Amino acid sequence: MRLTIKNVSHRYDQVEALRDINLAIEPGEVVALIGPSGCGKSTLLSIIGGMLAPSSGDVLIDDQAKPEGCLNPLTYVFQDFALLPWRTVAGNISLVLEDHPLSKSERDVRIEEVLAQTNLSDFRDAYPKQLSGGMKQRVGIARALAVRPAVLLMDEPLSALDAQTRILLLDEFSDLFARTGMTAVYVTHNLNEAVRLAHRVVALRRRPGTIKEIHSIDIPIQDRREGMHELVSHEQALWNLIRDEAIAADKELENVA
Amino acid sequence: MSRDIEMQTAENTDNKVRFRATGFNPKANPVAAWASFFVVIALWQLGSSTGFISELAMPSPVAVAQALWQLIVSGDLWRHLAASLQRLAGGWIMGTVAGLIVGFMVGMFTWARSPGVALVSALFPIPKIALLPLFIIWFGIGEPSKFATIAFGVFFPTVINTFGGVDNVQRNLIRMGQSFDMPMWSVIRKIILPGALPTILSGFRISSSIAIILLIAAEMIGAQYGIGALVLSAGQLYQTDQLIAGVLVLSVLGLCVSWLLGRLDRWLLAWR
Repeated sequence: MRLTIKNVSHRYDQVEALRDINLAIEPGEVVALIGPSGCGKSTLLSIIGGMLAPSSGDVLIDDQAKPEGCLNPLTYVFQDFALLPWRTVAGNISLVLEDHPLSKSERDVRIEEVLAQTNLSDFRDAYPKQLSGGMKQRVGIARALAVRPAVLLMDEPLSALDAQTRILLLDEFSDLFARTGMTAVYVTHNLNEAVRLAHRVVALRRRPGTIKEIHSIDIPIQDRREGMHELVSHEQALWNLIRDEAIAADKELENVA
Repeated sequence: MSRDIEMQTAENTDNKVRFRATGFNPKANPVAAWASFFVVIALWQLGSSTGFISELAMPSPVAVAQALWQLIVSGDLWRHLAASLQRLAGGWIMGTVAGLIVGFMVGMFTWARSPGVALVSALFPIPKIALLPLFIIWFGIGEPSKFATIAFGVFFPTVINTFGGVDNVQRNLIRMGQSFDMPMWSVIRKIILPGALPTILSGFRISSSIAIILLIAAEMIGAQYGIGALVLSAGQLYQTDQLIAGVLVLSVLGLCVSWLLGRLDRWLLAWR
């Protein structure tokens, strides 16, 4: 499903967060948004997902090309998982299906399917407090996949996890994108995640966020491996692109403090 | 220097690091809890038996037990208790339902927030028992004024805890529901209500205690039956054994309500 971001700008009262963002995301493409703290990455993702009304501009989706069985074209994976502590793993997944015209058996089929995809079948009756951070994020992904979305919106999904879990989940994301050909917008601070997962990396300038450069990575996602020489080069190129912005943003924060 | 020699030198010359993280960790001891009851009752009985405590001012535990037994076998206790329970349940349910509705509206809707908080803040500190004469003028000396007093007293803490509970529901959970296009009613029923439930249930404990206090106060004015009426008439007739028996029944009533709420808590919040 094609996603077009057209002349999007946003202000929070006196603060200009985003200015004139234009971007087209093609079906099956994974786009990473990177940039210094406060550059408006998460704001842009919220606008794309319809969770924040932009001050000006529009986000357009090609509704005709929805995947089969899609209940929710734009679906989030949250940084802090956003799981209901009073529901089990299966209950959290079921939550997003219950208000759609699906029979109980259709719902159960979808739940079992995404539990299997995320290796959670043995934990269907566990409560979130019984799970590790990595498992909780897997539930978040399973929940998002259950509605068979056209575009997955991921807001720093690995930032709350420890380094080892992050590496494991990064491999799983890579496998998911390669296997399903799903369209995704991935916000991250971590350049390694961006070069492992994205077809294109959009580097934003510090506030007000504007697009500085769009960096393409032409290696198929399934062929990318941790520590791969070409990926390290891409990571270095991205760091060179945002380094000055990050230093300037850090100084601005120091001044505010 | 070898490792063994190093260890030996340390043992000879160094002081042991003192464990400092002691205390500030009180633990429950059920035996001590029951023992404290027995000690108080035993001292009380001893004081009465030796004449140290006047029988007229404070009857002995045995006399209180006999008075309680008399109330049970004569059927008076059940008549008084039934009347009190009806008023307690009726008033508490009315106040709680109204409090939950208003609390949810104040917690969720901008149009209800400011007027609701202002009115609740202004009316909550009023001692509700002071309004009983007004309720008697409005509703008469019979049951409605008693129900109204209890309901009014229960209403405010319920409103405050409900909107506090709604406020405390993590916004990211609500946004998650909205991001999956959950309808508003589903967000309320499946996210906000269960998320606010722990605070609402702790409010029930406060409101039930207030309800019992107001019940007794209301029954002391114009009631033929009820534990409050029993305590008042026993006091007027200097039947202190019956008076203390009535107070004991109130204590047991409070414990039963607390136990029931504890069960409700465990049942509804088993996930915690």
